[in-house]
Amino acid sequence: MTDSAQSSLAETRAAAQPDLKTRVAKRLKSRHAAELRFRAYGILAVSIAVLFLGILLERIIHQGYTAFVTHSITTEVYLDPNRIDPTDIMGANYDQMITEQVMAKMGVNDDEYGTTSGEYKEILSPDLGFKALEALRDNPKLLGQKISLTSPIAANADLYYKGEITRDIVEADRNVSDQQMVWMDALKTKGLVTSHFNTYLFTNTDSTQPELAGLLGAIMGSAMMLLVTAVLAIPIGVGAALFLEEFAPKNRWTALIEVNINNLAAVPSIVYGLLGLAVFINWLGMPRSSPLVGGVVLSLMALPTVIIATRSSLRAVPPSIREAALGIGASKTQAVFHHVLPLAMPGIMTGTIISLAHALGETAPLLMIGMISFVPGLPESVTSAASVLPVQIFIWENASERAFHERTAAAIIVLLVFMIIMNLAAILLRRRFERRW
Amino acid sequence: MTGYLFLALIVFSVASFMFGRSLARRKAASQGVRGHSLPAFSGWFVAIWSFIPAALILFVLVVFGGRVENAIVQSDVPAAVQQLPELNQGLFFQDVRATVNGGMASTTVYDGELKAAFDHKVAQAKSVDNTITLGAYALTFILALAGAAFAYSRVSPQFRARNSVERWVSAFLVACSVVAILTTLGIILSLLWESLRFFQSVSPLDFLFGTHWSPQIAMRADQVGSSGGFGAVPLFVGTFLIMIIAMCVAAPVGLYSAIYLSEYASPFMRAWIKPVLEILAGVPTVVYGFFAALVVGPSFREFFNWLGAFMPGTPMGEYLMNVQNQMALVAGVVMGIMLIPFVSSLSDDIINSVPQSLRDGSLAMGATRSETIKKVVLPAALPGISGAMLLAVSRAVGETMIVTMAAGLQAKTTLNPLDTVTTVTVQIVTLLTGDQEFDSPKTLAAFGLGLTLFAVTLALNLIAQRIVQKYQEQYD
Amino acid sequence: MKLYTRPLYAPDTSIGKPRDPSMTTTATTPKFVARDVKVYYGDKPALHGIDIDILDKSVTAFIGPSGCGKSTFLRCLNRMNDTIPSARVDGTILLDGEDLNDRKVDPVVLRARVGMVFQKPNPFPKTIYENVAYGPKIHGLATSKEEMDHIVESSLKKASLWNEVSDRLHQQGTGLSGGQQQRLVIARAIAVGPEVILMDEPCSALDPIATAKIEELIDELRQQFCIVIVTHSMAQAARVSQKTAFFHLGNLVEVGNTEDIFTNPKDQRTQDYITGRFG
Repeated sequence: MTDSAQSSLAETRAAAQPDLKTRVAKRLKSRHAAELRFRAYGILAVSIAVLFLGILLERIIHQGYTAFVTHSITTEVYLDPNRIDPTDIMGANYDQMITEQVMAKMGVNDDEYGTTSGEYKEILSPDLGFKALEALRDNPKLLGQKISLTSPIAANADLYYKGEITRDIVEADRNVSDQQMVWMDALKTKGLVTSHFNTYLFTNTDSTQPELAGLLGAIMGSAMMLLVTAVLAIPIGVGAALFLEEFAPKNRWTALIEVNINNLAAVPSIVYGLLGLAVFINWLGMPRSSPLVGGVVLSLMALPTVIIATRSSLRAVPPSIREAALGIGASKTQAVFHHVLPLAMPGIMTGTIISLAHALGETAPLLMIGMISFVPGLPESVTSAASVLPVQIFIWENASERAFHERTAAAIIVLLVFMIIMNLAAILLRRRFERRW
Repeated sequence: MTGYLFLALIVFSVASFMFGRSLARRKAASQGVRGHSLPAFSGWFVAIWSFIPAALILFVLVVFGGRVENAIVQSDVPAAVQQLPELNQGLFFQDVRATVNGGMASTTVYDGELKAAFDHKVAQAKSVDNTITLGAYALTFILALAGAAFAYSRVSPQFRARNSVERWVSAFLVACSVVAILTTLGIILSLLWESLRFFQSVSPLDFLFGTHWSPQIAMRADQVGSSGGFGAVPLFVGTFLIMIIAMCVAAPVGLYSAIYLSEYASPFMRAWIKPVLEILAGVPTVVYGFFAALVVGPSFREFFNWLGAFMPGTPMGEYLMNVQNQMALVAGVVMGIMLIPFVSSLSDDIINSVPQSLRDGSLAMGATRSETIKKVVLPAALPGISGAMLLAVSRAVGETMIVTMAAGLQAKTTLNPLDTVTTVTVQIVTLLTGDQEFDSPKTLAAFGLGLTLFAVTLALNLIAQRIVQKYQEQYD
Repeated sequence: MKLYTRPLYAPDTSIGKPRDPSMTTTATTPKFVARDVKVYYGDKPALHGIDIDILDKSVTAFIGPSGCGKSTFLRCLNRMNDTIPSARVDGTILLDGEDLNDRKVDPVVLRARVGMVFQKPNPFPKTIYENVAYGPKIHGLATSKEEMDHIVESSLKKASLWNEVSDRLHQQGTGLSGGQQQRLVIARAIAVGPEVILMDEPCSALDPIATAKIEELIDELRQQFCIVIVTHSMAQAARVSQKTAFFHLGNLVEVGNTEDIFTNPKDQRTQDYITGRFG
């Protein structure tokens, strides 16, 4: 070291006086304050994320839990031969007949124009009439007899019983009049109306009447669609991953396939819907709104994630396993299918289940292939029109009746429960079979 | 029916496997030699030959049957139908198809000559359908038997069944990875094809730079100015506005959570927070849409109306009093919430790949943790984080359900977050739902929008993935 | 590498007890005085009670087989073990008579006074200038651009790097060669104006020529700093240090003048180690 360097060293030392401790201490307070602030931002950010999830779940449960309880009316119905023409049982006005019988039982008198019975009918259920007709159609001998019928009560009446429509609201602003409220109270005290778990939600299919609308059709549709997705996406995805990871030579082509798969994973889902519409529906003429087309589209969408998950679990199997198998004379294919693939299976299943759960919640591409139509029955096969859970949520959310709002939230709860079950299964699989090399 | 036939085919193939295997065993035993391949491979060989050709026929039937049927049915158009406008002709055949397949026909009522033509076509379609289906079934049956017979005859101890089976397996694996390529090709070709048809009626320049979007008007054939209705600039602006709002929420919250989780949080806390973020990431977008439309929208409106009540008489107050549920802010904020876990987990990976030695170097000089993060870790991670943000932007641009449920339909060129805007994805959904007709410029416009969306997200993804990859190689 | 196994030797009864006077030399004022320092990672003890005095303005080398605790002890000297959540430090370490594990001592100030250089050169992905200016900037040691320039220049000169990089101060520090990077990191540590520089195997990732340069540099720096160096190479310890401490299985076996340790070790284990029987 030269002398000048020595002197400049001395200079720095001199410049560092008063001693370092004091000089550093000068800004210490503000630096520690900045540290605390920064940490607070982090905590704030995490809390915001957690809070959002909390609010989201709380709001949905708050809006939806009421839909799991409903009210039914049970009443004796006299199939009055004077009002039902045995030759034309479809022609009779069952709703009016039943309403009048209930009114008579409750001691409410109709006026001459029938406005009172009209109003009374609104708080009962149109389903009672259907049930009476159905009973009669199955067994025409019932004409002139009394039968006991149970049906979900009208949606607005249900909301009143649950306390969601109250007298506090100005009469003009609610769908239930003061008079109807009095009648409903009477029905309840008389014991005609009972509250119970809403099984209709799980046994009925979609309907324009909120009290009759259920999720069975959508659940079946989702199950069929998911089946198609799984049948297509799992073998193809695992096959493609096996090829790329175990067999493919490393060249331009496989590099292109890799980039391509990574990009497919990030293509917006609605674009897959457009693909489905243009290719499967318009070009190949496959049936619109069917679980088949939906499943095919979703399997194309799930394919990249299945491939990526499979490849990473294949990569986690140490090369020594392959070498051991090859070393005792197994062919490459035998080594992969007998040794590598079984060891990678738990990881593959986990990744696959998670991507299927994701497909279960996908909506946008299904709207593209026409799954938005109102489907009142159960889908008969994978090629018939069907609805699926997320689309059902979308359709109900658009409905104007207030009773549909709570059902939408209830449908969301059902969807989330399915997704949580799938994710839990994936987590359990991972925990149970996870192997560290 | 096709499904049952497929099941039968599987059963037949399993049986073939067993027969093939036992034949190989017997032959080897009778000749007193050890075969080239294990007997099971002979079984697989026979099973593959029984299954694959026949299954291919069934596959072709399912995939192309409808197309062939339509081509035959539509090859001669009845006179009555020819008189219909072109749009309605398409609808006519769609209804025929729907009636035959038991789908949902449109509400159009056909009477008179049309009714006769309709019934005729339905009958024709049914018979064509039957012929194709039965023919395919017969072919499937023959191929399964022929394949099995062929393979069965080849089985012998000298036959290299294993090599043959492995060739089939390789072919299957290659075919699987080709599916990924085909998907991309399918997306590009279908979008390009339909967009080209769209651009025949609307100039691409008008579409990309036009400022007037009202596709409903162009539906009516008698209206001129159908080109004026397809200026997509308001949609691009709306998409951009909502994306910016979403990123304003997601970028800071996601990034700061990632920093906190990777730099400060105890393992215990991480074990709790990470699953919460994963749940948030797993919530379907339709649920976020519901949340936006029924919770966030009304409460934001109430808040702004309440705010406006403090400034009575002023234009600002008046404006705030009349703010609607469907504002860009609502969709943007909820989309931002949706993106938080996405940004956070990507950033977490990126921050974790910054080597610990850099942190140690900084801490050892007396830097505080936050100084280390702000001045060393983040600058080092910047390229990776910007890649992650680009991926999030691409997600935001392509997100559909939240905007469909919470943003509006009014195409306005505005950057006011309290205004109603519409986005590319919303318009795609609107143009393609509820309308059975496919060939109008209105529905084709959706493909033009889809192509634009695909091009933009593809570019973003390619750039982002390149940046992230380069970044991660740097610290490997 | 063969690990020394305990049953070959007589049990060590002196663990944790005050050592013989040669271990705690008091010829000049010690910079560090450590007494009964114990470190645990979780429940696992890593150091069993270290007593040592470290002199100012000299080089002290820590030697010993891998995993013997020498790096762990080094990290106690500027409380870098605080950054490992599971680590716990017991005992007292006095720096100029002040207990540095005291709650009143701010690790920020401590680490400004006690700089550290790591095994692998870890320049920040910034320019050479910014790397050196990093410490003074965060501690607010320069009031003007000129002063900062001056600090950067003199630190680089002290680290014998100035001549090689003076014309490219604004290029990336990561673009330098390994040896240059390590000297840059030393310059970065010097720039704060510390009293002590800790070096954790600073040459293990370098080639022999770069190693020679660093050793030369260490020899110059001891004029002004208290330097503590952990090294795997006994030759290096012999070349650069005045005092040598031999660690083994979490114990400080022997400490003394480097010459004495290498020519006339008192402990059998030291003898075995420096003659290459294990380690």
